[in-house]
Amino acid sequence: MAGILVFIEQRDGSIRKGSLQALSEAKRQAAAKGWPVAAVLPGSGISGEAAGLGAYGASKVYVADDANLALYSGEGYAEVVAKAAGQFEPDAIFFSATAMGRDLAPRVAARLGVGALADVTGLDLDGDQFVARRPVYSGKAFAVVDTAGKKPQVISLRPNVFALEQGEGTAEVVNLDGLSLSIRALVKEFVEKGGGEIDVAEAEIIVSGGRGMKGPENFAMLKELADLLGAAVGASRAAVDAGWIDHSHQVGQTGKVVSPTLYIAVGISGAIQHLAGMGSSKVIVAINKDPDAPIFKVADYGIVGDLFEVVPALIEEVKKIKAA
Amino acid sequence: MNCIVCMTHVPDTASIIKIGPDGKHIDESGIKWIVSPYDEYALEAALQLVEAQGGEVTVVCYGPARAEAGLRECLARGAHKAVHVVGGEETLGDSMAIAKVLAAAVKDREYDVVLCGVKGVGTDNSQVPQMLAELLDLPHVTNVTKLDVAEGTFTAEREVEGGVEVVESPLPAVVAATKGLNEPRYASLKGIMAAKRKPVEKVEVSALGLDEAALAGAEATYSVRALELPPAKEAGKVIQGEDDPKAAAAELARLLRDEAKVI
Ligand SMILES: Cc1cc2nc3c(=O)[nH]c(=O)nc-3n(C[C@H](O)[C@H](O)[C@H](O)COP(=O)(O)OP(=O)(O)OC[C@H]3O[C@@H](n4cnc5c(N)ncnc54)[C@H](O)[C@@H]3O)c2cc1C
Ligand SMILES: Nc1ncnc2c1ncn2[C@@H]1O[C@H](COP(=O)(O)O)[C@@H](O)[C@H]1O
Repeated sequence: MAGILVFIEQRDGSIRKGSLQALSEAKRQAAAKGWPVAAVLPGSGISGEAAGLGAYGASKVYVADDANLALYSGEGYAEVVAKAAGQFEPDAIFFSATAMGRDLAPRVAARLGVGALADVTGLDLDGDQFVARRPVYSGKAFAVVDTAGKKPQVISLRPNVFALEQGEGTAEVVNLDGLSLSIRALVKEFVEKGGGEIDVAEAEIIVSGGRGMKGPENFAMLKELADLLGAAVGASRAAVDAGWIDHSHQVGQTGKVVSPTLYIAVGISGAIQHLAGMGSSKVIVAINKDPDAPIFKVADYGIVGDLFEVVPALIEEVKKIKAA
Repeated sequence: MNCIVCMTHVPDTASIIKIGPDGKHIDESGIKWIVSPYDEYALEAALQLVEAQGGEVTVVCYGPARAEAGLRECLARGAHKAVHVVGGEETLGDSMAIAKVLAAAVKDREYDVVLCGVKGVGTDNSQVPQMLAELLDLPHVTNVTKLDVAEGTFTAEREVEGGVEVVESPLPAVVAATKGLNEPRYASLKGIMAAKRKPVEKVEVSALGLDEAALAGAEATYSVRALELPPAKEAGKVIQGEDDPKAAAAELARLLRDEAKVI
């Protein structure tokens, strides 16, 4: 049977937004073909979340509810997805290209003897073959690729690129049992970092600082702007290497790849390795005193000026907007 | 503690990318080739492991003739052996084909851990280590920023959104390194001299029992229809904020609210 299976990622029982975006996209793609869409949800104590996935387009949800699946494991989760694929026999399996999705999709693909298309930002159908657009060379080029006719087509979709669509409906829940769950690499614990603040990889809005911030104390100003906007604070590698902010905030080739709706780059020159991480943001704003800084080439809006004057003024303006 | 490091040889990250005449590959003229930056973390981790616990570091690369320079660089930094599986131009980007070749190249060697980079820059897949682990029937951990190896087991920290996962696993295993794991060393002059005397073992794909033409043909799992440059972006609106930063900030806020509708 043709159809699309979507891997659903959860943490502590709450389903991640990227997975719902992937499911929404699966529904849109399948609608044109009249294909069924199913989801697969591994975890512990998560059965109650399953039926609700119907609202995002899944007609069936394969659930593996097991204490050994509470935390992620590449081997355990791959077994679950492969088992669901064995039952549903999909033409394609979608993942969200999060840390988990990107770790898992290739392991599933290899288990099924196929390849995989990673971190896709555009998707079309040519017959029953997906044609994907994916950034390569750090976003300096795009490859238009397919799985050379191999099925299932394993594809991970970059978070925040594909729209989330919520409708109505409940899904049929199918429990996957008879799993052996031979897990060798075991996640012992998840240690939260950054006191629960929004991670740049998941944020809708990011306010990022670079070497122009001059020191760690000035990041407080960015944090204030970020808090007003419900945003995460990002950074260039120069700021991270200087020790002003933790590496988990770094955006770019050796940091995180982000696709927020709004990316505000403050005192960041726009080196190619930085652009690699944020080039697919929907709206880019640059605040920089150098009118020739390369960041202005990719910016939709920019202010040429001293960030120590512009950012406080912008904070006041945003306060006015939020109060209105 | 014997370590295998998988190294991929890639265009320098500062390279200007142009599309080649076939419309599917980059134009390689003027490109400087380097050891993929994440593989430097993998190599450094391996060197530190054998320095502490004894054993050897073997670097394996599946790549065309020019990749030998990358292997020499790894030898100069202190790797003991280099294995060059010659080829890879036709399978570029096909992670599964690459994983099959690497699996065949390492399976009969002695190793406790296979270290990879989390991502080969250029094709930007982040897939080969996990596929290799599956093909070798080994556990894997990717995105590793901390690694402690003991007798037959290891603990690793893996960076994910919002925190780190602490992973425990038996050896052998595949570990994919990311930034933060260590500070890669440079090659010393002595290392560069010593590397000249170390052999680079050349291996043909066919000697591994694989058919590269088939891997790139009937068995291919990744096909590039086209390689394109990103569409040129329209010039953005730039506001002069030197004289009156307050007015500039007010104008920006207005544009973000009313025009872009993002705040
Ligand atoms: C292999 C490799 C991987 C890399 N990975 C990454 C990565 O993941 N992420 C990343 O960001 N970089 C990465 N880099 C580094 C990258 O090349 C740049 O060095 C880095 O991005 C520069 O950071 P920056 O823009 O903050 O600093 P700079 O380039 O020094 O720019 C600072 C900017 O601040 C402006 N400025 C200064 N003072 C003010 C002021 N008062 N008001 C307004 N503007 C001001 C300046 O005009 C300048 O444009 C990588 C490099 C390599 C080689
Ligand atoms: N051709 C290759 N030869 C050796 N190792 C490779 C090759 N391609 C990928 N790898 C390894 O797999 C890692 C991730 O690459 P990728 O999955 O292509 O992003 C790299 O950092 C290398 O460690």
